[in-house]
Amino acid sequence: MDFDLNDDQRLLKDSVERLITDKYGFDQRRANMAAPGGWSRTMWAQFAELGLLGLPFAEEHGGFGGGPVEAMIVAEAFGRGLVLEPYLATVILGGGLIRRAGDAATQASLLPQIASGELLLAFAHVEPQSRYELHNVATIARQDGARWRLEGDKGVVLHGDCANKILVTARTAGSTRDRTGIGLFLVDVPGEGVSVRGYPTQDGLRAAEVSLAGATGIPLGDPANALPAIERVVDEALAFLAAEAVGVMAAMHASTVDYMKQRKQFGRAIGDFQALQHRAVDMLVLLEQARSMALLATMMVAEDDPVERHKVAAAAKVQIGRSGRKLGQEAVQLHGGIGVTMEYMVGHYFKRMSMIEILFGDADTHLAQLAEGSGVLEAA
Amino acid sequence: MDLSFTPEERAFREEMRRFFRTEIPAEIREKAGKGEHVSKADLITTQQAMNKAGLATPHWPRAWGGRDWTPVQTYIWLDEMQTNSVPAPLAFNTSMVGPVIAEFGSEAQKQRFLPATANLDIWWCQGFSEPGAGSDLAGLRTSAVRDGDEWVVNGQKTWTTLAQHADWIFCLCRTDPNAAKKQQGISFILIDMKTPGITVRPIQTLDGGHEVNEVWFDEVRVPYENLVGEENKGWDYAKFLLGNERTGIARVGVSKARLLRLRELAKLERIGDKPLIEDRHFREKLTALEIELRALEMTQLRVVAGERDRPRGVPNPMSSILKLKGSEIQQATTELLMELVGPYAMPYHAGAEPEGDNDPQSIGPEYAAEAAPTYFNWRKISIYGGSNEIQRNILAKAILGF
Ligand SMILES: Cc1cc2nc3c(=O)[nH]c(=O)nc-3n(C[C@H](O)[C@H](O)[C@H](O)COP(=O)(O)OP(=O)(O)OC[C@H]3O[C@@H](n4cnc5c(N)ncnc54)[C@H](O)[C@@H]3O)c2cc1C
Repeated sequence: MDFDLNDDQRLLKDSVERLITDKYGFDQRRANMAAPGGWSRTMWAQFAELGLLGLPFAEEHGGFGGGPVEAMIVAEAFGRGLVLEPYLATVILGGGLIRRAGDAATQASLLPQIASGELLLAFAHVEPQSRYELHNVATIARQDGARWRLEGDKGVVLHGDCANKILVTARTAGSTRDRTGIGLFLVDVPGEGVSVRGYPTQDGLRAAEVSLAGATGIPLGDPANALPAIERVVDEALAFLAAEAVGVMAAMHASTVDYMKQRKQFGRAIGDFQALQHRAVDMLVLLEQARSMALLATMMVAEDDPVERHKVAAAAKVQIGRSGRKLGQEAVQLHGGIGVTMEYMVGHYFKRMSMIEILFGDADTHLAQLAEGSGVLEAA
Repeated sequence: MDLSFTPEERAFREEMRRFFRTEIPAEIREKAGKGEHVSKADLITTQQAMNKAGLATPHWPRAWGGRDWTPVQTYIWLDEMQTNSVPAPLAFNTSMVGPVIAEFGSEAQKQRFLPATANLDIWWCQGFSEPGAGSDLAGLRTSAVRDGDEWVVNGQKTWTTLAQHADWIFCLCRTDPNAAKKQQGISFILIDMKTPGITVRPIQTLDGGHEVNEVWFDEVRVPYENLVGEENKGWDYAKFLLGNERTGIARVGVSKARLLRLRELAKLERIGDKPLIEDRHFREKLTALEIELRALEMTQLRVVAGERDRPRGVPNPMSSILKLKGSEIQQATTELLMELVGPYAMPYHAGAEPEGDNDPQSIGPEYAAEAAPTYFNWRKISIYGGSNEIQRNILAKAILGF
């Protein structure tokens, strides 16, 4: 086993971290958030220049053939910076779905456009009744001559308000919670029968409500059985989010320890109080447990066996959800009053962490599913 | 030992319940119950209705509107207020500065301030904390220097809740920088917020709201007579103030109302093919929290009953348990609401800012809008009013004898 990065990976880590340090400070982030659309096109162009937007794609598609470790490196740095740009939506989810479900021609036409920064994507799967179930799909796709028409409502579509194309789950057969009969459709925005209502999310990122009223959709892969590809990409997104969460948690922890060393009350640094030192140590344990599960998820995400792969991705989500919540609450608490204000970074980390907890299923949801199975340990 | 309420106490509860449900506008109670923003006007309406019925300041001295209730009556009054989602009378007025003026103020101060304070004709804010003096309040540096028949005040207060609404601020100021102990050189001074030299700067909380502020004092001239009690005795008055009304601190009724509401909302949310309330794990979590709350309620009643035998103004260290556990439970209810709501906890509702008149855009179910803002905002409960760590320190010393 080797936990060390290779030379290329180290180079990637250095350059992404430098970008975040130089260009993603507190004030810069606030300025990015105030830009039209809630994020910075200039940053996006820099991501493209650094090759980040094509990172997971094959070279023939304008990419760098990066794997899970490369994605993890980017995610962790983005977590530290609380990056606002639609990387998860466009590259990991959108790009992932095109790679896993799209045919060769679609890949050849769309992936290079993602890599160059021209094409923005979003993945619309949540519905008012679906909660966290990917296969809970009431949106309908009907064949109408050579075209498919979509009817239904999608909610909390990450970065749905900037996407040029939205990837929509829709039912071609069966009833709302069937695992089969689900297709994935590419919908152009703007387009007839598509309405998109964008809004900020609690962490300062963006999402949208998307209504489809007879909108035209182009099927990506098998319109009757897209779920396996979707689940694979969502596992990749879970691994990405786990690494991003580690970045968020590490930054919150470092900020807390720093603050404890600086903040003086009762004539001494509050970090001198052993009761508080122990709290900071418990946070460290939470962080390292989360980091380990994020690594495990990264290792397993390329696994072809969907059951084994998902088991670890879900377990990682449980761990980062639990670690992240407790660690975030402790970070705020140990900062005292400034922890609950917008004026200090720690609260922003706490809010992002709280949203990561929700994305693609909270800890309880994944735990309940895992508990139905035969455990998460490898057989002896 | 008789653990039940007497017939008189039960009748009293009925009377309180009837009052709160009929005399406080339903629309205000509904907003408060849902965790929506309650406006300044709503708070004034509520407190004035209560004051008119003699229910805003029952714990004040009789001469100034007090009722001489037993601790159990006061508890019932508070419990009915909280469970019926009635916004409490402004604590700065009725729990903090009012009792201090009534106890230590001059006759002129009592005449001038107490009736207006009870009726919320004057809105008070609390100028204790400073950037360098949070948990270590005695480290405060804002100075008041006597100049003839005036004080000249310089310095900065922070975290001043709702200073943007306030007419007056009660401040702890350092009046003797050379006192042997830092607690000894502090005075309690009342300052009109309209006095030249005062600047209020908003601090935005994590939910996007504006409820706290920085308050700056630059050569602010205050009549000498606005000193409460004696010079350099302010710390004693502050301790008296903080020791008052400790039993309400657990906010048991607030948590009760929230848990009852969670149970109702869990019937509306769906998980898979059934309502969330039928999900065993969710129900167990909710029930576990209800058990904690019942226990805390009993603890609170024990503290209340014990109050009879305690000297006034000397807090029972057990009340630190109420603050500690009470804030943990309140915060846990906000986490459970987040979990209940699921993905629709994510949208940020731009219209939800305090004092904002624009309707929040409806995205997702109506009850989802408050979930995340309340979760974020209520992290404050374990920080202010003596953080949970400070409560543990108190318990370690006062009860365990460390
Ligand atoms: C929303 C909000 C509203 C407020 N409203 C008001 C108001 O209206 N008026 C007013 O005067 N003040 C107000 N406060 C201030 C509040 O009382 C202080 O925030 C509180 O006293 C903590 O001080 P601090 O924020 O400086 O944190 P610090 O005292 O710096 O504490 C930082 C951390 O260290 C811990 N700590 C500190 N000392 C010890 C110790 N000895 N042992 C162990 N742990 C310790 C704390 O518990 C905390 O976790 C408000 C605060 C908030 C957040």
